[in-house]
This record gives sequence, structure tokens and C-alpha cells, in this order.
Amino acid sequence: MAERELKRRPATTPREERAPEEAEAPAAGQGEKLKAELDDLLDEIDEVLEENAEEFVRNYVQKGGE
Amino acid sequence: MAVTKVCGIETEYGIHHVGGEGNPVASSSLLVNAYVADLARAGWDFEDETPGNDARGFAREGAMPPEVETHLVNAVLTNGARYYVDHAHPEFSTPECADALEAVRYDKAGEEVLRRSMAAVARILPPGQSIVVYKNNSDGKGNSYGTHENYLMDRAVPFSRIAHLVTPHFVTRQVFTGAGKVGTETAGSSGRDVAFQLSQRAEFFEEEIGLETTLKRPIVNTRDEPHADPQRYRRLHVIVGDANLAEVATFLKLGTTGLVLSLIEDDAFGPLDLTLANPVKAIRQVSFDPTLQSTLELADGRRATALSIQWELYGLSRKYAEDRGLACLGDEAVGAEVLRLWEEVLTGLETDPSSVAGKVDWAAKLQLLEGYRDRHGLDWEDHRLAAVDLQYHDLRPERSLFARMTTDRLVDPEEVRSAVTDPPRRTRAYFRGECLRRWGGSVASANWDSLVFDLGSDPLRRVPMMDPLRGTADHVEQLLGESGSPSELLARLSG
Repeated sequence: MAERELKRRPATTPREERAPEEAEAPAAGQGEKLKAELDDLLDEIDEVLEENAEEFVRNYVQKGGE
Repeated sequence: MAVTKVCGIETEYGIHHVGGEGNPVASSSLLVNAYVADLARAGWDFEDETPGNDARGFAREGAMPPEVETHLVNAVLTNGARYYVDHAHPEFSTPECADALEAVRYDKAGEEVLRRSMAAVARILPPGQSIVVYKNNSDGKGNSYGTHENYLMDRAVPFSRIAHLVTPHFVTRQVFTGAGKVGTETAGSSGRDVAFQLSQRAEFFEEEIGLETTLKRPIVNTRDEPHADPQRYRRLHVIVGDANLAEVATFLKLGTTGLVLSLIEDDAFGPLDLTLANPVKAIRQVSFDPTLQSTLELADGRRATALSIQWELYGLSRKYAEDRGLACLGDEAVGAEVLRLWEEVLTGLETDPSSVAGKVDWAAKLQLLEGYRDRHGLDWEDHRLAAVDLQYHDLRPERSLFARMTTDRLVDPEEVRSAVTDPPRRTRAYFRGECLRRWGGSVASANWDSLVFDLGSDPLRRVPMMDPLRGTADHVEQLLGESGSPSELLARLSG
């Protein structure tokens, strides 16, 4: 019985059924908008990322804490 | 009845002194001193520090107690927080917060304190030098530093029961609390085995339970230092979390943990048994699997994904809320929001983790990394991806990659700014912070559970604050307003 799976969700607390209009896929165009935002963000990373990534990462050395 | 889950977060920040001499203790001291030099604040009182006490009831043998460094800068701020140098890191401990939303506000205020510290130290450093602060938990080279949470609990609940029942949550909550990390620092593994993992911290945990925080870190920490009446209260000290930048992640980290601890206090688990066969193995397994598909072995032989364990805990919590309400989380509306966001995030994670990139740090970071990788055709072991990882946590506004992302806000920036100076109103932090703000010159020292006044005449006067839920604005605002001086306050308190 080792592979018996836990049920996905507790039967005691069924999640509320969503109204159909809420369950619809994101509005057309939203995917493109998110992609455009990510593209802008990647442009910004190119601008602000430390120039010598290898040295930057190598020089970041911490003492263990706590 | 579960006691109100008064909570707080302690964050050790990563620090890099550009152009410095490589002494992180000195650099951390410079940074913290630059901020506190001009503030109303008090020194820390070490009278009641006993970090070596073990919640399982035995004394330490053959191990060093955690070090308490009394010679380093250590300040209490007017917002009730503690800001100091711990080992080789600047550390900000939020004041005691009455609910998870308030804790998010003070965690963000801590980031603002560190940003102001960077600006303050820049004014006194020689040209060419700067100190940069990172809110992360690892240097990528095997060195980890902590983000610890604290929760007020009922002393009557046996510690072994808490440890047993909370472990499955600590192992699996990283699906939404993980801050994400490129590669692995586990000996014998490499980025080829683990390109990206959910948690900064998970792979540093080697024991199920124990007192250590720096070596052989345990999933459940047994430090028994209540900073409150030890007959009534316990402070559960949690060292297993990541530092979060996403507000929803911090909110859920505190809110869901507060709920699970309340379930334990009120014996609301029923017959459900989520005991893991091997928690130490499981915590790595969860972290190493961003697909969230792998199954963990339970002690009874069943297998379950981290998400399905989280759904079980969510279901129990929801039932608990229906039966008993959520006063245990300090505020019913905040509790309801914890449940709502918990469900929303679990649903998002099981369909498409990128859909919760505005709420979950690892999902946000992974989205950035995958986009950057695709754009430049990079191998996962390319240094530029490690640099993106590190710079996600950079607190400088002009360099922070997190700050450039659109993420969900729970607290207003104006409220964060006021939390830099003003204490929470619904815990004893109010009394601590307000006394400092009004009469900082007469407060000789402070710690979590007392304030020591120096009225210019012997002896010093200690005011104990053994209940985190007293000393609130409701209790003392009028008293403070009517006291024209600290002597008058003390006279009224003892009268």
C-alpha cells in the first residue's frame, strides 16, 4: 500500500465552486501584456545587472550567521 | 483556547562592503551605527538573555551556548524594534506584532531602516567605498544566515506535540515561502543536479529537532527563551524560513504558521496524520523540485506531494475557522485574508506557478531567470544567472530586481514609513516604543520584557513587561499622555 496517495483536497472543506464568468481564461491580450512587461523587465536587467557577473558573484562571501 | 499569535521576524541581512577591508563585523557596525547615531533609542539590556535553555527541558552538555555579543552596537528603536550587529551581519528584529499583516508592515519597515542605513553610511565612508545590503539567506558558497520567526504560544501545550505536528508544515510551506535559489550548496551536488530550487535555506537543515542555529540546523528549534511569563507562555522560535521580499509570501508565512500552531494548541488535528517518514530528506526533496510533482513518504507508508499536504492543512484550518473563528490570529479580517490567499496561492501553484509570481518569491525569481536565460541562451551554471539571483535581493532601489517587478502589495508605503518610527499599538511594543520616543534620555536600557529607567537618582528602576498583550495603546496611551515625566509615569505605575 506504499503508493496510496493522499487525497488532493480534504473532503470536509470543498472549495466553493466558482461562477463560470470568474473561471474563464484571462481576457484576450493579457498574455501579450504580461510578456511585454517581462520583456521590459529583461531590458532593465541588462542595464542594471552588475557588469562583471562572475566577479560580483565570487566576491559575495558571507560569514554564517544566527 | 489558542493564545493570540503575537508574532515577529528577525532578519540577518547579507552585507557587502565595496572597497572595504573584508571585516564584516566592522562593516556591519559602521552600517548600524550610522543609522542609530542620531536617533532616540536605548541600549539593549542583556539581563534576561538565556538562549541556551532548551524547550525539551534539559540543559546543554558539551555544546557551546549561542554567543551573545554584548560589545557590539545594539539598539532599541522608537518603533519597538531591535537593530543590532549579530555575528557578522546587521540584524533587524521587528517589534511584537498583533497579527500577520502588522508583521508584514514592520518587516518592510526593517527594509526601509536598512536602506536608510546604507544612505547614512555612504555619507561617512571614504570615496570609492559603499556598503550594500541584501535580504537573502545564503552567499551561494555554503554560508547561510537566518530569518527567524517567533510566535507566542500557550506553555501548557507539550513541546514534543508542537514539534511533531508542525514539522509537516515547516517541510512543505516552502512551496510559497521559498525565496528561490540558483543551484545547490549541498556537498556532492552541483548545478547540474539542481538548476534552481525553491528555498534559500532548506538544504542547510540536517536535524529534525534541536537547539543549534548555526551548525546541524534543526527543522524545529528548541530554544526556550519566552521573553514573557514562562509559566503561561512559550515563544516558538522558528529558524526554518527564508527571507521574503514578496509581501504575500511574508504574510502567508506568518499567517499559515500561526494557524497551524493554533490548531495544535486547540487539538484540532483530529485523526489526520501527516507525519513524514524522513523530514530532513523531505525538506530537500521539496526544495529541489520546482515542478512540485514529487511525492514525499509519510510515516504510515502513504505518499503525498507538498501541495497536497498544504491542502490538508488548509482544509483543517478552514474548518477550524468555521467552528471557532480566527481571533487566534489577532484579527478576524486578517485571518480571513490568510485563508483566502492561502487557497489562491495553492490553486495557482498547482496550475501554473508563474501565475503567482506577484505573490511568491521563488516563482517571481524563476520567471526572471527563465526569461533572461531564453533571451541570452544561457546555461543554468552561467554566472549571470547567479548574479540575477543575488541582485533580486539587493535592497538598493536602483539595483533591486525585486523592486522592478510588479508584485502584490498588502501594506501602504506610507504605513511602512510610519512603522519606521511608530510602534504597533496592540502589543507591549507600544509601551516600549512610546517611552523611548517621549523620554529616550531617561531609558537606560531595554529588552523584550522590561524597560530600565534612569531618573538621575539611584537606583535604576526596572519596569517588567511579562505579558506581550499588555502595555498596548488601549492600556497605556492615556497613562502616558497624563504623565508629564518618567518619574510621574513610574509613580502612577507603582501607585
